[in-house]
Amino acid sequence: MTNGYHIVVCGSVVPDPLQTLEPIQTPTGPALKNEMMLPAVLDPWAAHALYEAANLTSKGAGSNSKVWLVSVGPKAKLQQVMMTIAQRVSFELVPVDSTASGFADAHSTAALLAETIQGIAGLDRSRLLVFGGWESASRGAGVTMQLVGERLEILDQFQGVDQIRIQADGSFEVLERIEGGRHQVSVCQGPPAVFGWATGNLPEPRNNPQVGMANMRTVMPALQRAKPVPLPTGGLHFLSASPPKQQRQTRVVKDLSAEQIAQEIAEWIGK
Amino acid sequence: MSQNILFLAHVSEAGNTLPKASYEVLGAALKLSRQLGTRLTIGLIGGDVSAAAETIAGAGADRILAVAGPDFSSARYVSDAAAAEAICRSAEAELILAPATSRFMRVLAGVAHRLNGCVDTHVTTLEAEVVPGDVRATRWHYRQRIEGVIRRDARPWIVLLESGCHAAFTGMPGAAQVEQIPVTLPKAATRTVVTGTRAPKSDVQTIRPDADLLFVAGAGWTKKQADGKTHLEQAEPLILDFLRVSGASLGGSKSLVDQTGESQAVLGFMTHLNQVGQTGSTPRHPKGLSTCCHGEEPHVVGWRFINERRAVNLDPNCGWARGKADVLYVADAFEVLAKLNVLLAQRSRTSPGLAPQGALVS
Repeated sequence: MTNGYHIVVCGSVVPDPLQTLEPIQTPTGPALKNEMMLPAVLDPWAAHALYEAANLTSKGAGSNSKVWLVSVGPKAKLQQVMMTIAQRVSFELVPVDSTASGFADAHSTAALLAETIQGIAGLDRSRLLVFGGWESASRGAGVTMQLVGERLEILDQFQGVDQIRIQADGSFEVLERIEGGRHQVSVCQGPPAVFGWATGNLPEPRNNPQVGMANMRTVMPALQRAKPVPLPTGGLHFLSASPPKQQRQTRVVKDLSAEQIAQEIAEWIGK
Repeated sequence: MSQNILFLAHVSEAGNTLPKASYEVLGAALKLSRQLGTRLTIGLIGGDVSAAAETIAGAGADRILAVAGPDFSSARYVSDAAAAEAICRSAEAELILAPATSRFMRVLAGVAHRLNGCVDTHVTTLEAEVVPGDVRATRWHYRQRIEGVIRRDARPWIVLLESGCHAAFTGMPGAAQVEQIPVTLPKAATRTVVTGTRAPKSDVQTIRPDADLLFVAGAGWTKKQADGKTHLEQAEPLILDFLRVSGASLGGSKSLVDQTGESQAVLGFMTHLNQVGQTGSTPRHPKGLSTCCHGEEPHVVGWRFINERRAVNLDPNCGWARGKADVLYVADAFEVLAKLNVLLAQRSRTSPGLAPQGALVS
């Protein structure tokens, strides 16, 4: 049986999905117009990973468990997002003041994350679970977690995870998304392991001001201590970055009966 | 820059062929190798690759390499990474092309790290640049909102290509000369055991990646209708009947699948696996029909890669459908779907040959 987990969640900030995004060219490559002005949220998949980590530590994983949130992003944006996230679940923030751009190189980001994780004081590798999103709403490459895992020399990796079930012997059953709306089922003997989460099954936790106050005692000092770190381009060159321009001429049909519409759709489906 | 190309694939779950997307990537690899005038090597991973190798024997590759055996039959990170690494090292290719299957999406980033190379995923186009021998790739950023064209300095460069973007290789099967590469797994490989697959509990298969039609259900199905009441008891059978008679794959908007997690009144068969859009999937089907959807996710992000799009919506001014759908029907989706189910069922009875792909012919 486990003596508790040390769960490190990797998660960054992304622009609020409802914002309009416009790429611009800068001397260092593409960026988003008014990027620092756009409201940000914790990346949706990383947020699921964080909620799953909190759930795992609260249910039967032992009181010795602990959750760290390692987050690479501009300090001001991290602070803004923490005001919300810190009220939901308990964690210790490990911020890295660097770019969270979707145009940044995944290899450089992974190197920075791995180095930061290795620098966490008191982290026990024999109890280590590295969580994160299997994709992101920025770069969306789905490669960062694997690269972090390789750098940490963790060979048990799972992507598109929707569920982890801890078994009596300390092993865990993992459900990973595969093609056709199915899950692959695996059993892993135990930590260390890397999990790139899909959406899981948990609802968003409710805001809890007490949790928020407890978190903020460590979040604010951690943010103040975070030093800016430049992220190398890693030999990645952008030749262009542009929004899709396709605009369809929509035919709006208002005057047909349900039967006529059904007839038209049936013919269209059958073509 | 010289660009020896490796096409890397794994056998399908059936074990006797490759996943459909692999043949598309092979088509792209052949085209690129012709453009660049380079050698093509094929690498295969699986329990037994002989039958799959025969299906691509006509591709004219210089070598066909394989890592095969019981240890490599299931999709497990540690064994797949070891197998892919061994093939890549043997092939000594600068450019490695692979399909973006769940199996390779799990493992090839790690392989790129081991090879001291780089990786890019969700690539839709790969073409030779004007600079002789160089290659540029196109992929989406910010969840299909910004299209980037990139080039990489590092080699080897592993590129995972999306399905539905390239013409598939259609050569005749034949005898294949396969070079087996021995791989000894570390002891740690046995820490994880793949025990099988599991489908969500449901009376009907709702996700069909190969379907011609994507049916997107929005949260409107669970909202109060004109009589001031919700009609879930009608919505569920209507949608399930439609999936049966049309053979469509089911997608759901985020608001709808989130209701499932929040224990609200929901469609029982709808899970997060069905979600399309910003935080869901962006499936590739030739046609898409959205119903009761109002929002950016289903209309903009969710069907970015759907070719022909129609929507049924009560709001004639739905800004999300306008400009994104080819046709917007202003109507009650409950009524339209009921009539549509009858029509499609009649059609499948009278002309089974005309029934849509995957439809249940009674």
